[in-house]
Amino acid sequence: MPPLLQLEKVSIRFGGLTAVSELDLQIGAHELVGLIGPNGAGKTTVFNLTTGVYQPTAGKISFGEKSTARLRPNKLAKLGIARTFQNIRLFASMTVFDNVRAATQLHRAHGIRDALWRGRHFRAGEKTVGSQILELLEIFQLGKFRDSFAKSLSYGDQRRLEIVRALATKPKLLLLDEPAAGMNASEKVELMRLIQFIKDKFQISVLLVEHDMKVVMGICERIAVLDYGVKIAEGTPVEVRANPKVIEAYLGEEIISE
Amino acid sequence: MTEFLQQLINGLSVGSMYALIAIGYTLVYGVLRFINFAHCDVFMVGAFVGFYAGRNLGQPSLGGGILVMLTAMLACAALGILIERLAYHPLRNRSRLSVLITAIGVSLLLENAGQMVFGANPQPFPEIFPSREFVFGQLVVSSKDIVVFAVTILLLAALQFIVLKTKIGTAMRAVSFNTQAASLMGVNVNVVISFTFGLGSALAAAAGILWAYKFPKIDPLMGIAPGITAFVAAVLGGIGNIPGAALGGLLIGVIETFVKGSRWSTWTDAIAFTILILILFFRPAGLLGKLQPEKV
Amino acid sequence: MFLARPRIFLLAALAASIVLGIFQNQLDPYFVDVLTRIGINIILAVSLNLINGHTGQFSLGHAGFMAVGAYTAAAMTMFAGPHILPATAPEFFTALWFLAALLAGGIVAAAAGLLVGAPSLRLKGDYLAIVTLGFGQIISVVFRNIEPLGGALGLNGIPAYTNLFWVFAIAAVTVYVITAMVNSTYGRGFIATHDDEVAAEAMGINTTRFKIVAFVIGAFFAGIAGGLYGHFTLTISPRGFDFTRSIEIVVMVIVGGMGNTVGVILAAILLTLLPEGLRALGGVSPSLNWISESRPLLYSILLIGLMLLRPQGLFNFRKSGKLKIQN
Repeated sequence: MPPLLQLEKVSIRFGGLTAVSELDLQIGAHELVGLIGPNGAGKTTVFNLTTGVYQPTAGKISFGEKSTARLRPNKLAKLGIARTFQNIRLFASMTVFDNVRAATQLHRAHGIRDALWRGRHFRAGEKTVGSQILELLEIFQLGKFRDSFAKSLSYGDQRRLEIVRALATKPKLLLLDEPAAGMNASEKVELMRLIQFIKDKFQISVLLVEHDMKVVMGICERIAVLDYGVKIAEGTPVEVRANPKVIEAYLGEEIISE
Repeated sequence: MTEFLQQLINGLSVGSMYALIAIGYTLVYGVLRFINFAHCDVFMVGAFVGFYAGRNLGQPSLGGGILVMLTAMLACAALGILIERLAYHPLRNRSRLSVLITAIGVSLLLENAGQMVFGANPQPFPEIFPSREFVFGQLVVSSKDIVVFAVTILLLAALQFIVLKTKIGTAMRAVSFNTQAASLMGVNVNVVISFTFGLGSALAAAAGILWAYKFPKIDPLMGIAPGITAFVAAVLGGIGNIPGAALGGLLIGVIETFVKGSRWSTWTDAIAFTILILILFFRPAGLLGKLQPEKV
Repeated sequence: MFLARPRIFLLAALAASIVLGIFQNQLDPYFVDVLTRIGINIILAVSLNLINGHTGQFSLGHAGFMAVGAYTAAAMTMFAGPHILPATAPEFFTALWFLAALLAGGIVAAAAGLLVGAPSLRLKGDYLAIVTLGFGQIISVVFRNIEPLGGALGLNGIPAYTNLFWVFAIAAVTVYVITAMVNSTYGRGFIATHDDEVAAEAMGINTTRFKIVAFVIGAFFAGIAGGLYGHFTLTISPRGFDFTRSIEIVVMVIVGGMGNTVGVILAAILLTLLPEGLRALGGVSPSLNWISESRPLLYSILLIGLMLLRPQGLFNFRKSGKLKIQN
């Protein structure tokens, strides 16, 4: 089975700083992969490379066997890569419903002409999309907030909304950037269940960047470890936990004890 | 050849004044990342302060001229600080759009108030320095230009000293690099910002006096055209970069003078803006500036 | 409300325009004058609102698009018209030609919008504002140098084709087009581009395309407004389409609340009536003359006051009416 996402010897330099160096990473269909590493290791940079925000200075990234070189983020979203952000980036002036609705835009069935004519075809299409959005919101218990402004939601709900919004683009690969940040213990347990649920229900792959080891070790099938832009280890949670290089990179941090 | 030299001297003369105004724009942008639309109108106020002060002079003299200039610079420094306190400071945490629009509002306010107070008609500016003409063969150099050069060089030297050698100057540079870090290091950011506005406004006032001295007809809208050109100069040199602003000012001054003397003179404004747009498209950091990448 | 049955609203508005047009001659000419200017300002404000308010692109050169439309339409009716239409053509054909002239003005203005918008897309915030300002001034200078169109002295003798029907019918169409477009799933792309470009792109929204579309459509309607304006004032000059004019339109959008169509329409009405009100007030007695003299001054105080005290606009009652600009 060809991998869904493949990074081959990918590097990126910003001036004198090499943020990511010769990274090899593969993600197959229906996989839940974790990407961990100390602060500044380059994890979000990998996300930005994968989603087209940055172009690699060396190496090749392919999605579904096609190279993603020079493709802009909105093109990659159309191909099936969706993401959330480290600092929540919801659409502040829109309601919860519209935040998700904006994300359905890329698969929309109508354009300007239909929007202006407002014929039966347009109205039926809008209705269908509307019920799809509501369905999605209900699954994640956000249905009751549909007409509230996105900014008025609690922090945890906002994070969930960001995930829902990403799912509305019907992705094949979902990149989650520190989704557990700022959550308490019970919220994190709920998040773990949610991510596994998403992977199964929507039949997608998930690449997870996370600092909370309980979350990562708990749900990831495979983990890659980054340090100063270099992959220092990769394997199952058990393997990674025991890897001396990983322990050294996190020197001083208690990752093994729970 | 003398024609060329004549134009060159003219261009450098005008360019010096543009440089002074441009530095004002660049100082404020460096510290606040904000384009002070009202800057060109402070230039105008400076000229008018000089107008009223100069009328009491009687005889043009070196001392008298300097006194007039200092008065204008002080008055405008106060004006600049006042504007910052009242109109920009309350919006410090709001979006850049709000401040930009407020700046436009302040600019319009000064222009319209000026028209109401001073009348819309141009007023003749008094001779504050004694003037003579020096003739070198076919070349005529007016002492006006010499005064402009001399004052500009003096002010630039003083500015250089302030920015590089004084505590407040270092504080200014710190704030322009990283406001948060500077405040954590004990820099009183508000004082620095006020000082920056005062300094920029004083330079604008000096430019206003020099401009009115060289082109002795002043009116409340006199700041608009030089303001735009000086802004283009600031961007050309690299917005936020002081030597860049000076260089940009001189360059633009020379270019503009030559264009004005050519058959393309009616297109002068368009050319200034075209230069601006070209810079922003192809080299937004300007000649001497450095590009700041955006972090996602 | 409007959104439930937008086409009904459009038809009702068009019907009202026809009524206004029919009864125009019975109305006081001053009243007709003010109404015409209100209508033109509504078109200008709503079209700018698409660019500035909905899509968050700060454009300070809208008057430039107006100028392009005004001159193009005037050229068509004054120079091309006499060749196409016989001197004794029935009113219907003149009206048709006028519509064609307006559309031509709009299309050329739209092309200008493309020219301004496309390269400017890489610029954000203050820089975009300055560049659009620059383009507006360049357009002004260009027209100042085109002698066949009157040059610096302006173009006189434009036929008086504008009437209440045209103005309000076009205003209704403008409001309909922009509102219907923005309030669809497609149109959410504009708002997303305004709110957070990075997130919008990540969700598959081509922000570049939306910005260009906003500029082109906004410029199109501004051009038509320019054509209406020219055939109303009967004389146009480059000075009438300068930065001050652009700012007047920007003030309408800000007072109305960026992105708030109803608010912007109200603001256009208010700000058209305000100078008239001040003029009337100043005329009440000679001691109040200064009021009409100080109109521009009061404008600037209004602008500053608004920014300091109520930046979301006078007519924006949503809690989340924040001014946002991409940094």
